[in-house]
Amino acid sequence: MKHTISILAASAVLGSSQAAMAQTEIEFWHAFTGRLGELVAEQVETFNGSQSDYTVVATHKGNYSETLNAGIAAFRAGEQPDILMVFEVGTATMMAAKGAIKPVYEVMGDGFDQSKYIGSVKGYYTSPDGDMLSLPFNSSTPVLWVNRDKLEEAGIDPDTDLSTWEQVGDVLDQLKDAGVGCPMTTAWQSWIHLENFSAYHDVPFATKSNGFDGNDTELAFNSAAQVAHIGAMGDWAKDGKFIYAGRRNEGGANFRAGECALFTESSAGYAGIKAEAEFDFEVRPLPYWSAVASEPQNTIIGGASLWVMEGQTDEEYAGVAAFLDFLSSPEIQAKWHQDTGYLPITSEAGDLTRSQGFYDANPGTDIAVIQMTAKEPTSNSKGLRLGSFDQIRGIIDEELEAVWAGDKDAQTALDSAVERGNALLRRFEQASR
Amino acid sequence: MEKRVKFKGIWLPLLLVLPQILITAIFFFYPAGQAIWQSLFIPDPFGLSMQWVGLGNFEYLLSDRYYRASFITTAVFSILVTVVSMGVALYLAILADRLIKGSGTYRTLLIWPYAVAPAVAGVLWLFMFNTRVGVVTWYLGLLGYDWNHVLNEGEAMGLVVVASAWGRISYNFLFFLAGLQAIPRSVIEAAAIDGAHFWTRFRTIVFPLLSPTTFFLLVVNIIYAFFETFGVIHTITSGGPQQATTILVYKVYSDGFVGQDLGSSAAQSVILLVIVSLLTVIQFKYIERRVHY
Repeated sequence: MKHTISILAASAVLGSSQAAMAQTEIEFWHAFTGRLGELVAEQVETFNGSQSDYTVVATHKGNYSETLNAGIAAFRAGEQPDILMVFEVGTATMMAAKGAIKPVYEVMGDGFDQSKYIGSVKGYYTSPDGDMLSLPFNSSTPVLWVNRDKLEEAGIDPDTDLSTWEQVGDVLDQLKDAGVGCPMTTAWQSWIHLENFSAYHDVPFATKSNGFDGNDTELAFNSAAQVAHIGAMGDWAKDGKFIYAGRRNEGGANFRAGECALFTESSAGYAGIKAEAEFDFEVRPLPYWSAVASEPQNTIIGGASLWVMEGQTDEEYAGVAAFLDFLSSPEIQAKWHQDTGYLPITSEAGDLTRSQGFYDANPGTDIAVIQMTAKEPTSNSKGLRLGSFDQIRGIIDEELEAVWAGDKDAQTALDSAVERGNALLRRFEQASR
Repeated sequence: MEKRVKFKGIWLPLLLVLPQILITAIFFFYPAGQAIWQSLFIPDPFGLSMQWVGLGNFEYLLSDRYYRASFITTAVFSILVTVVSMGVALYLAILADRLIKGSGTYRTLLIWPYAVAPAVAGVLWLFMFNTRVGVVTWYLGLLGYDWNHVLNEGEAMGLVVVASAWGRISYNFLFFLAGLQAIPRSVIEAAAIDGAHFWTRFRTIVFPLLSPTTFFLLVVNIIYAFFETFGVIHTITSGGPQQATTILVYKVYSDGFVGQDLGSSAAQSVILLVIVSLLTVIQFKYIERRVHY
């Protein structure tokens, strides 16, 4: 015993230069690799260098689903990290886990000003009372990417109006007639062509305000508006005007290689397209059907937020609060927004970006911000809060693929997706009772 | 005459089998028991609460037509993988068995794919058949065939079968070759002198004498197709399109780890356990009878 104490004393003396030992360690699990991984590492380094009380240790845990699973498994084993990155479709799962998470507004304490966060971004992650349960980290929204050279080659004015799907349909006809092999492709079909489509046209995706008002929600995306859109896409697919490349962002490779004229993809595709595209490209707002809505509502976000896990010490929570506060600062946010194409989470960061002249130098990068914030969100356009949603998206993908392959018509496919998805929602409701 | 060792008392033999029993208990009986127990509940993902549902999970599963369809998919997939991998392996083994020069090189080359992990094999095949940049897709396009396993169910199934069978051919080849070489030359030569042609010799002598090997491989390959092809399916199709390649094991994964529905996942594991037990019983009871040792 004496021995131990003397060793401890000795190491305390010797270790005084190793200040790191005394710092509180904050574990942060995320899902980013490549360029995004580097940018996260940079943020963490900047934070660690900016103060001496806490060290954030960022660890990559695989893709979004794998990171969520790692977090869940760790919680069950009592070894959860302080901060866990969870993609937006995992939101309902995290919210239902009351004993596993510590709401961000509680962690941040009394002085936390929630009003500085952009409403349509944080709205996805707030409680019914409007309190932030997690901190939005990377948020994007779908836009229309245009290959201007391709339009010109086909004899179409590259400045032609593409605000509505009716206009896009005409352009697709012309592209097809001009012999373009890939007039249009898409990434994330469920997110863009059903989830965002519904919000953008102010029609419900699910009952109970898209699940915000309770777990007894039912899917509702088989109504006339969505059926018309998927039906039109199905016709385009049949005629070779819409080329389906895959469930995720496989189509991005076709667009960046200059094969496709139009591409519906996340605003966060910016970094990749800018780096690879050897043609004149442009960002346009996501089109809407003028037959369904006279003007579009807002689009909703995709991406991930940071959840604080239950069961840590007070010092760790203080460190978490400091780190989340740091991430929300205008400078860090503005840099993140400009580097990645993700939306800024605070309006200050957006203003800073504008005053730095970024939007003028990179035209179109503010379209996503405008599209998100132009209108006050309605109960159909706040976001989605549905359990088992990762798997429901898989079901939607399958049914949409049946439409693109010509096996099913839009109504049959969406009815089937709703029915199968509802079964999963009932399971989730039961599990989180 | 059988040789038997007789132990005095019961304690020594018990002690000798104890390690095996312990390992089986810890790594098989305990988790299997857990799965059975969990299949009676709907738990939340974080393990914070559980709802007792009795056989509700099984009811839910069996009323789901996609789950029922998954049985057929699994059967088709397993049979195809087994037939393709064993058929090709047997053919190659017969050829290699007749080789006189350079057989070592051929054998080594044929055994190579076995060293490739299923997930890596999946990625390799996916690259070749990628709908946009795949080499094979491009050649098929030249021939006027539009390959698209992303949307076409038959093509998706074909691709995962080929990718799963490919690595397995090496393993089967190894056993078939060893089996062939164990057949006494004198028997085959005697038959040849009697005027039996190659096909007759194969049908009446070689194949029956090879039956223990074939039976062993049949069992092992079906189990492989059931449980170890996950990596291939995950990387190539993720079970799609329209669940055309969702075999039972893949569904356990997607419900448990994508859907976080641990109750349903546990119930599916129990159903799998029953299927595999039945398969094994059938195999040993009925097929083994026809095997000549």
